[in-house]
Amino acid sequence: MADGYTFLIQILNGVQYGLLLFLVASGLTLVFGIMGVINLAHGSFYMMGAYLAFSLMELVGNLWLAILLGIPLSIAIGLALEALLFRRLYRRDHLDQVLLTYGLILIMEEVRSLLAGDDVHGIEVPKLLDFSIRLTDTLAYPVYRLVMSGICLGVAALMALVIQRTRLGMTIRAGADNREMVQLLGIDIGLVYRMVFAAGVALAALAGMIAAPVASVYPGMGNQILIISFVVVVIGGIGSIKGAFLGSLLIGLADTFGQVLAPEIAGVTVYMLMAAVLLWRPAGLFGRA
Amino acid sequence: MRVLLIAGLGALALYPLVGSAFYLQLFAKIMLLAVFAMSLDLLVGFTGLVSLGHAAFFGLGAYTLMLLSPEYQAASIWLSLPVAVGVTAVAALVIGALVLRTSGVYFIMVTLAFAQMLYYFAIKSKALGGSDGAYIYVKPDAALLGWRPFDLGNRVHFYYVALVLLIGTYALLRTVLRSLFGHVILGIRANERRMGALGYPVFRYKLAAFVLAGAIAGVAGYLEAAQFGYVSPEFFGWQESGSVLMMVILGGVGTLFGPILGAFALTLLQDFLSDEAVFHGFHKHWLLPMGLFIVLAVLWLPRGIGGLALRGPRAVPETADD
Repeated sequence: MADGYTFLIQILNGVQYGLLLFLVASGLTLVFGIMGVINLAHGSFYMMGAYLAFSLMELVGNLWLAILLGIPLSIAIGLALEALLFRRLYRRDHLDQVLLTYGLILIMEEVRSLLAGDDVHGIEVPKLLDFSIRLTDTLAYPVYRLVMSGICLGVAALMALVIQRTRLGMTIRAGADNREMVQLLGIDIGLVYRMVFAAGVALAALAGMIAAPVASVYPGMGNQILIISFVVVVIGGIGSIKGAFLGSLLIGLADTFGQVLAPEIAGVTVYMLMAAVLLWRPAGLFGRA
Repeated sequence: MRVLLIAGLGALALYPLVGSAFYLQLFAKIMLLAVFAMSLDLLVGFTGLVSLGHAAFFGLGAYTLMLLSPEYQAASIWLSLPVAVGVTAVAALVIGALVLRTSGVYFIMVTLAFAQMLYYFAIKSKALGGSDGAYIYVKPDAALLGWRPFDLGNRVHFYYVALVLLIGTYALLRTVLRSLFGHVILGIRANERRMGALGYPVFRYKLAAFVLAGAIAGVAGYLEAAQFGYVSPEFFGWQESGSVLMMVILGGVGTLFGPILGAFALTLLQDFLSDEAVFHGFHKHWLLPMGLFIVLAVLWLPRGIGGLALRGPRAVPETADD
């Protein structure tokens, strides 16, 4: 923490990581809140996004085009998985959900290995954005990271708009509160489930795609983000988008500052934060006890 | 069922007479995993607590042995094993006091997170060997006042130690489950609120079950580390927690023989699927058929493998909250 600029860079990094986490964690919390499904394979969708970005980049050569193609592909994969597997889990208990989605992680990891190999890949930052803003003589901040944060904020705003202001959002909120009642009112809850699940898959995949240029693309990348997303969801309260947003930023900052201030216990700080929140509010910041 | 169980144990006891060195070692490892799985089933199947971080205690037992082993000498098993049990029990007490504040799906996520915390700690800590792990060059010594009842370096001796531990754990858990304590935790699984209303200190009972399960997992981890003379952060890894949960659920949750069955079935299946001689090259991708097997088992075998042999209602905990 030499001076104000270093501090600013850490804040920006923390916020950027937090916003990225939000894209993954919001899908996880929605799928649980509305469908009652705990999905261990959610991190695998993040990995799938990164590998989609990598493979599509090789085809079309442009990250934005790759993302534009990758999103409908992810939605299609999400819908297919919902129809094949997840639909059968809605009425099962958590044990079955944990077991099946754990099996799905193994499958997705091996399919990735068969299709894309086990190497670590890098993706170039788009040329237009491949420069840094100079803060001092020695410090600079890459513009691409700012754009990433901007994209995440835009998606978050869009989600808030859909959930708070549209009829679909109203149904989603009602479904999270009381599934049976929504069905009794004649709303096709199956359709809502399909849309929420596909949206969750697409959000996680989008996070993987935009993170690919800075985080690189490697096997097992989904598991780490899955577990951190669990921590976010636990801190924020299950089913709460607001909680996921606040939790993501808290975790992003705690992790970034943990690396700087206490490198010997870096990686453990986020779990300490989680333990502290649990002691204070066992159901998370915005959860209902 | 009892006939099958006794026949199975008899077969295991006689196996060293015919078994090859490779399978003796593999079966000893499976029996340790079965002990680990039974301890998890005490939580999942009998108390209704689905833990996805049980490897935390397995790893702690293993790392305790590593820390207590002098570099080129043997640690005494009579000293290091009780210390390992003590360390895992205390850790389970502290972690349990925190995680048991939550329930249902929160509990699943929080137990996973705590195991992951230990995993990262093991990776970062130089004293624990970092991400490479550490070797235990000499297996723990069983000498006691000049008498050495068994030698863990001897494969057959190790096999029988694992078998005795398996039978001992089975007997211990059976006794516990038939005691008043066992009936109380079964009551908690069925209806926690009612047990609280009846005046039972529910939290303390759950914590006691958590500590007992943690300590047993610690013993299994201790012996697993002794068997291969090696510890690594993967002992804490969520793959470890996940696969032992698979053993419990696929074997048959809420029974004591289920986890044993699951440990044998899954490990032997893994051994078969990763056999290069059978699958020429594809054996590297053994997790793919394993994953498919797990997914299909959930869809079509909701009572686990053990459920095929058992008739009657499914022995699973009701979900705590939705």
